[in-house]
Amino acid sequence: MPEVAVTDARGTDAERNAVADAIAIQSPGLITFDAIGPALTFDGDRIARSGAERIFNRRHLLLPVLHAVRDAVGYISEGGANEIAEALQVPPAEVFGVASFYELFTFEQPEAADVVHVCDDTACRIQGANGLIDELRADGVVVHGSPCLGLCEQAPAAFVQRTGQQHVSVRTATKPAVDAALAGQVTVPIAPVPQPSDALTLLARVHDAAAVDYEGYVSTGGYEALANAVTMTPAEVIEQIGDSGLTGRGGAAFPTGFKWSAVAGEDGPRHLVVNADESEPGTFKDRVIMEHDPYSLIEAMTIAGYAMGAEQGWIYIRGEYPEATRSLKSAIAEARSKAMLGDDVGGYSSQGNGFRFDIELRMGAGAYICGEETALLNSIEGYRGEPRNKPPFPTTNGLFGRPTAINNVETMVNVNQIMLLGGEGFAQRGAGRSTGTKLFCLSGHVRVPGVYEVTYGATLREVIDLAGGPVGDLRAILMGGAAGSFIGADMLDVPLTIEASREHGFSLGSGVIMLLNDSVDFDDFVARIAQFFRDESCGQCVPCRVGTVRQSESLLRIREKGAAVETERVLLDDFAKVMADASICGLGHTASGAILSAFDLGLIGASS
Amino acid sequence: MFGAGGGTVSYEEIETTDLIIMWGSNAREAHPIFFHHALAGIRNGAKMISVDPRRSQTAKFADLWLGLNVGTDIALANGVGRYILDHDLQNDDFIAHSTQGIDAYRDSLEEWTLARTAEVTGLPEYAIAELAEAYATAESAQICWTLGITEHHTGAENVMALCNLALLTGHVGRYGSGLVPVRGQNNVQGGGDMGALPNKLTGFQDIEDDEIRAKFEAAWECTIPAKPGKHLTLMFEAMETGELTTIFCIGENPADSEADINHARKLLEGLDMLVVQDIFLTRTAELADVVLPASAGWAETEGTVTNSERRVQRSRKALDPPGEAKDDLEIINLIAERMAPGWGNPTAEEMWDELRTVSPMHGGMSWERLEEHGGLQWPCPTLDHPGTLFLHGWLWADDLEGREPAPFTVNVWRPHVDLIDEDFPLLMTTGRVLDSYNTGVQSDGYNSPIRSGEALDMNPDDAAVLGVSTGSRVEVSSRRATIDMTIRVQPDLPVGLTFTTYHFPDTTDTNQLTIEAWDKKSGTAEFKATAINVRPKVEASNNA
Amino acid sequence: MTATSRPSAERPISPVGERQVAIRTKVTVSIDGTDVSVLEGQTVLDACTAAGVDTPTICYGPTVTPVNACRVCVVEVEGSRTLVPSCSRPAEEGMVVTTDSDKVMHSRKMVLEFLGTSSDVSQADDIMGWIDDYDADLGRYDEATTQRMTDEVKIEDDLYIRAYDRCVLCYKCVEACGEDAQWTFAIAMSGRGFDSRISTEFGVTLPDSACVYCGNCVAVCPTNALQFKTEFDLRKMADWRPEDQTITQTVCSYCGVGCNLDLHVQDNAIVKVTSPSDHSITHGNLCVKGRFGYQYVQNRPSA
Ligand SMILES: Cc1cc2nc3c(=O)[nH]c(=O)nc-3n(C[C@H](O)[C@H](O)[C@H](O)COP(=O)(O)O)c2cc1C
Ligand code: SF4
Ligand code: SF4
Ligand code: SF4
Ligand code: FES
Ligand code: FES
Repeated sequence: MPEVAVTDARGTDAERNAVADAIAIQSPGLITFDAIGPALTFDGDRIARSGAERIFNRRHLLLPVLHAVRDAVGYISEGGANEIAEALQVPPAEVFGVASFYELFTFEQPEAADVVHVCDDTACRIQGANGLIDELRADGVVVHGSPCLGLCEQAPAAFVQRTGQQHVSVRTATKPAVDAALAGQVTVPIAPVPQPSDALTLLARVHDAAAVDYEGYVSTGGYEALANAVTMTPAEVIEQIGDSGLTGRGGAAFPTGFKWSAVAGEDGPRHLVVNADESEPGTFKDRVIMEHDPYSLIEAMTIAGYAMGAEQGWIYIRGEYPEATRSLKSAIAEARSKAMLGDDVGGYSSQGNGFRFDIELRMGAGAYICGEETALLNSIEGYRGEPRNKPPFPTTNGLFGRPTAINNVETMVNVNQIMLLGGEGFAQRGAGRSTGTKLFCLSGHVRVPGVYEVTYGATLREVIDLAGGPVGDLRAILMGGAAGSFIGADMLDVPLTIEASREHGFSLGSGVIMLLNDSVDFDDFVARIAQFFRDESCGQCVPCRVGTVRQSESLLRIREKGAAVETERVLLDDFAKVMADASICGLGHTASGAILSAFDLGLIGASS
Repeated sequence: MFGAGGGTVSYEEIETTDLIIMWGSNAREAHPIFFHHALAGIRNGAKMISVDPRRSQTAKFADLWLGLNVGTDIALANGVGRYILDHDLQNDDFIAHSTQGIDAYRDSLEEWTLARTAEVTGLPEYAIAELAEAYATAESAQICWTLGITEHHTGAENVMALCNLALLTGHVGRYGSGLVPVRGQNNVQGGGDMGALPNKLTGFQDIEDDEIRAKFEAAWECTIPAKPGKHLTLMFEAMETGELTTIFCIGENPADSEADINHARKLLEGLDMLVVQDIFLTRTAELADVVLPASAGWAETEGTVTNSERRVQRSRKALDPPGEAKDDLEIINLIAERMAPGWGNPTAEEMWDELRTVSPMHGGMSWERLEEHGGLQWPCPTLDHPGTLFLHGWLWADDLEGREPAPFTVNVWRPHVDLIDEDFPLLMTTGRVLDSYNTGVQSDGYNSPIRSGEALDMNPDDAAVLGVSTGSRVEVSSRRATIDMTIRVQPDLPVGLTFTTYHFPDTTDTNQLTIEAWDKKSGTAEFKATAINVRPKVEASNNA
Repeated sequence: MTATSRPSAERPISPVGERQVAIRTKVTVSIDGTDVSVLEGQTVLDACTAAGVDTPTICYGPTVTPVNACRVCVVEVEGSRTLVPSCSRPAEEGMVVTTDSDKVMHSRKMVLEFLGTSSDVSQADDIMGWIDDYDADLGRYDEATTQRMTDEVKIEDDLYIRAYDRCVLCYKCVEACGEDAQWTFAIAMSGRGFDSRISTEFGVTLPDSACVYCGNCVAVCPTNALQFKTEFDLRKMADWRPEDQTITQTVCSYCGVGCNLDLHVQDNAIVKVTSPSDHSITHGNLCVKGRFGYQYVQNRPSA
């Protein structure tokens, strides 16, 4: 790496300090990175040390440092970016290239110190988001329309990105609620889990306010799973995971045991990454776990670290989850102070099975695509969140090129259950490839929205009944989010399993069940989904970069110009095919599914 | 001599080496495409160490930069040598089998303890040790140098001091390891190949060797003087004494490029006869009695050039030369025809084929083969020889292929000539920048957006002491002359050292300042160290 | 070039300290029913070429690391759910590849339609040719509602221009400016999705950026979005005549590295300098002097 050459713009003291502090304190959870030292150091005017190795070893600090500068002064100025470039020896064009990838970073002095992001996506759109945006703007508040904020059960939702202050989310947002947030009121999350504790397994602790503290967690059975795990060899733990039949809850339903044994079979060092980017419209289950039971995630990760011999754990949480971030941050710090993270987790070395494990928390900055596992890895590494071409897969070439297991938050917390029940015990619930319980995110036109935990195999109707049934005349259900598909009421008796849903042509995805009654303007609703993909495509590959735009244009022609549905459908089918066949990643592959299913159900053009 | 003649390695080898030492080389700017190969090496995991008084653009890529005092390269090399021996890091088998003179070399290092080396070079002891350890323990390593090493009055000894390190560690003669002098100008190597050296005939054949001379005399049907001619610096001395009165100067601009330029110009003016053959009306040509307009070799004529990895390549005519300008070969042919009627007008290829008969290392390089292979690396003696990737492989042969073991040399460090004192408290060194070249006659032809013009680069602390800042006009004096320059404050320089280029003689005649101390062995002048004094200019407007 | 490609018979191995050299075995791949053998580590594209099958490529280049972003080179590989970018997928023993299925044809055609309706590809001769070959129908897109790249041409110096309305975001220039050759990192991909652009930091002009004017980005650009100023000016005067140009290979007149230059000459004047991408010295790359420093031979008094 050359020593970076920057323009003459200099940062302010505030920016410089933000950079320095972020570099100094950002990474308490890193156990293997600091040996090499800063990107560029001098000893007097005769000796300098730098070079590719040092610079590459520091690059992962780019995103945290960008956050620090944005949070200190409200935007990324040219001078601030230059400070970052010099401190990390990342070329300024790349600093800009990376920063401009993310929605939450802007490059001009903002009109107001605090920016209000109001969700105008699916669930919020049908629950008054646009009216709220108009109302706030009329009052002079700086508002950005946002994709789903993962608060769909409390729609409409807002995220207040503040400067020099804590960010906050606003749930069931109204103008007074937003004003209060801007005035500094913080949000105390209440678990949106309508089922009683005895009906819950994974979520059993969410109603117990004490469980967000270490003592409360331990007194409700916390860390028993880990205690069980260390009585086994790592290989035995992985065997149990395999026996449990656990599949990924992030959307792709990949068997977790396979993934873990693949990673364990590679040479170390290995990484464990938890995908907490939860940005699929309609999805909010992981948030609930992190806000209300953060230690369960930490414990599960610790078990995974033990099982795979991964010493470094990472959690990548979306940037719009301020409360969940704070909850995790304090729990990780507390676990570390209790020696439940660190060089000798739980003091197990005295029993002869000690191991080292720590967790580094990283925040996204507004990019749905960073939930795609390889985009997520690039984002952590300090590159643009562009998915990698596969093969090779993360299990062999993952974070920093090392073998890496990436799992969803919900997938992860199931690990605790497996350690408590044993693999076979776990597999008692559910059947086939669909074992254990599944969290469903009910939102939209449903009486009691929230997260519901049911054993795989409950029918769609049963789950909706748990939530008090639909509001109004049910017209369609969006299953699996924007990357999923619309289904009609004729599917209500399909059992919710991986196998049955697939058989009926839809996927459970991340567990979204969004009910839509006949008051919904589907031309608009579906056009918003198309816009979502247009906005969130990373832009790397042509089929998706252009395809999502052409698709969105097509739906806008229908919505705005009353274009003929049949003609547009021909184009849309062509777009869909190339996106599904030739895109690099899952975003492109699934960008047309919901839209075409809406046509198939006759939802489009019905209003005209 | 060992290490002279040509780079021992090929560019591709640096891409897989483990350690790259850029010693007095700012290849990033002076040899950008060679540096691409080094960068590929870094990408493949090589470490880079830069030894350079200035934290150059090259040094900025390095894992470790050592900013030694100007002119202390021999001291550092000797210190590294002693450290390697003291810590038993040398390659004993290689030394025993392939070298001679280790004892004298070892003795000569007596003085160069870490402490003494640190004192002379201005470097911390740990850094010297680190350099030595890195070089001695690397599996493969290359030392690359350019003018930073050779443009000193001890230039040849500097090179030999580095060669010693390669002999000590066995980092020569095998794939990936070697000694890499990167040539400053497009055909310096080729000029040497062709015999444009005072002591060599074509193909680096010794002019003092009777047998060789006899071979050439037979081929050329003429008598060849048995003693070496003069290199450029000796020529100027001969002009001074009146021994030399006539010069035929082809494609050189000594009136701009010589150190202590005022003196050089006076001598050129005093010649009885000066003939200049050039594509430009250079300052030297302006002084000439006869100017022969020539062609741009690389674009207007046919021929060959040799690069720093000893690759002979074809250059070709793409353009017709302007006006009355002629192909250089044709000019020579015409002159030869007047001197010896019947000479004719042989083509470049005919000349080349003749050369192949007298220069064994070029023997296998037919015009067609050069085309086919994209150039061939000498030695390439026969038509079925693939060319030579790296030199000195014989060092590793059981029988040394019948040669003498390679000699260690004893190199005594002497401080540079133009020392600083109270009157001339700063040191000035010179070098190239990326977009310009030598005296600028070629590179001035295009509008480079990154050309910042001539300036005297200076450390912020020195600038503060003088009360100057970027853009200040100053008077710069050396013991020979005073010129006006513009300051550019540059944190990449250590305190006490200033830097400038010699690309812009029309606006800033830097070589008026430099000293004409030269290296007896190579004839290279000491451009790299001039003691200067800088005074801010009082602006005329102050009186208003 | 990788360590595994040498030494070979032509490249002598040193007696001591030789590097570990992986012996490369051959793999056999079926391309549209024809078996071809390529070296392990070579790509499906190499196999297609070996089988005599022409494959369109845009973001692939012999001197840059494949980013496999354009997807015009996709083929069908048995056992793979989605199409596979041939330019970057290593050939594996027993692979069964189809290059002319409906799926492949459709994807290539759509990629070309997408590019043709987004960017001005009129000076990208290859792409224009494939648009014909694959029956890409640019006419079926409603002009009024179809978004294009509409950037204005950036003319910031005398050496080269940037016309990003022609850019297809293939990343090649970024790769050439970065670790694949130049390591200057003056330009990078910025923004996201359709709004992505190749840019300097904060869009500052090239002379203000880290750019050192090697022109290596220009050399790899497949669309003429990056264009030498000489060519740009001649085109403006409708005097760019490739058919009247000669290309002569010679060696650079500056430093001693010995870079090969291809001089493109029109009317006895150099109008463009490139370097052969398959030459071991340059791999197609030059520095500012080699690329642009030729003017001095044609600053002719008569002109
Ligand atoms: C565009 C896109 C976005 C994704 N977003 C998420 C996400 O927010 N959270 C998540 O867990 N998985 C997400 N995934 C799935 C991940 O790529 C990956 O499959 C998952 O993290 C693996 O974990 P699991 O096996 O535990 O499900 C996304 C995939 C794509 C293609
Ligand atoms: S499919 Fe879309 S999101 Fe995925 S890599 Fe391609 S452009 Fe990016
Ligand atoms: S000219 Fe060279 S340095 Fe400048 S942007 Fe292009 S590749 Fe980068
Ligand atoms: S400017 Fe050219 S090389 Fe760069 S991305 Fe665009 S089309 Fe590709
Ligand atoms: S928070 Fe608005 S749709 Fe999810
Ligand atoms: S050429 Fe293969 S993806 Fe672009």
